[in-house]
Amino acid sequence: MEKHCTDSRVKGVSTGTTILAAIFDGGVVIGSDSRASMGGEYVSSKTINKVIQVHDRIFCCMAGSLADAQAVIKSAKFHLSFHSVQMESPPQVIAAASVLKDLCYKNKDELQAGFLTAGWDKKNGPQVYVVSLGGMLISQQVTIGGSGSTYIYGYVDAKYKPNMTKEECLQFATNALALAMGRDNVSGGVAHLVVITEKGVEHVVVPGDKLPKFHDE
Amino acid sequence: NVKEFCGSAVRGIINVETVVNRVMNKLSPLHDKIYCALSGSAADAQTIAEIVNYQLDVHSIEVGEDPQVRSAATLVRNISYKYREELSAHLIVAGWDRRNGGQVFATMKGLLTRQPFAVGGSGSSYVYGFVDAEYCRGMNKQECQQFVVNTLSLAMNRDGSSGGVAYIVTIDEHGTEEKVILGNQLPTFFDQ
Repeated sequence: MEKHCTDSRVKGVSTGTTILAAIFDGGVVIGSDSRASMGGEYVSSKTINKVIQVHDRIFCCMAGSLADAQAVIKSAKFHLSFHSVQMESPPQVIAAASVLKDLCYKNKDELQAGFLTAGWDKKNGPQVYVVSLGGMLISQQVTIGGSGSTYIYGYVDAKYKPNMTKEECLQFATNALALAMGRDNVSGGVAHLVVITEKGVEHVVVPGDKLPKFHDE
Repeated sequence: NVKEFCGSAVRGIINVETVVNRVMNKLSPLHDKIYCALSGSAADAQTIAEIVNYQLDVHSIEVGEDPQVRSAATLVRNISYKYREELSAHLIVAGWDRRNGGQVFATMKGLLTRQPFAVGGSGSSYVYGFVDAEYCRGMNKQECQQFVVNTLSLAMNRDGSSGGVAYIVTIDEHGTEEKVILGNQLPTFFDQ
């Protein structure tokens, strides 16, 4: 007898993660949880950092297979620094995103990794790009990814406002990550957040016990 | 999805567009002040609701007064559990009785649990974060209705299988009120 699945909550195949990036007035916040799990049964790391710096003002979040994502980012970092030397200027955020997209698209059969790229450059200010599993590249103002993201689509739709202040955006990102970690069993640990503005880069780590608490049934 | 607030239960359900039926009311009355919300296989869910409606009538005559919400939920749970391998429907039971006021029960796959609020169906995954953040105990009727409408609207926006109109039923000690909110009257949120 076949079992029917009434909940279609898995969009694509992603291993346990919640990642998020959002633009505010003057900068961008990018963040993630810190749990790495194997098969949804075993937490192999409670404090892994999924927010990787690829250049001075450009950060990436990885989703999907962490092994694939780490390999792609390593290659992308090299390409990007080479490109930056050739252009004799810091790379644009879209350049970083395009490098990742090329790698994901050309190797789509072997890879299972998606990325959020967020950063600031002089030409276009704060930007957020999404490179999906198959290699699609789009620009958005706020974006979420990973298995935990399904649970916070409603929250993000309701609470994100364009041109928030930095503090509002940080609170929004922390809340969203906390909510996702509360519902998704393969997301958890601490919340890693990075704030990127013209002036520089600021890391914020919110440990599990300091995360906002919501109504818990 | 269903919420409890001081004194009553407000439940809303999203209408699903299927090839067979574009307008389906998924709020099914089990008794005057007890409703259930259907999700999953429509045939399974409707059948359970009809059977429980009958059983509840018999029970309420035997007892001689209006049935408790917990009784209705237990009847639903008994069927869900007995046939859990064959059925694929989730019914959320909510209502008002004199003994415990407004109550919400979830009965997925044979589990019976009372909750302050419950969400279910394919669109529910997208709004877990929102309801966790926004629900607070002690909301009044208007706040709760607004909360339900907002939640439904957000879920309908994201879920491909949800859409159309929103049905809301509000049950309290004074009676039962049914409301339909058309798609273009639902609140809108950030859309990029």
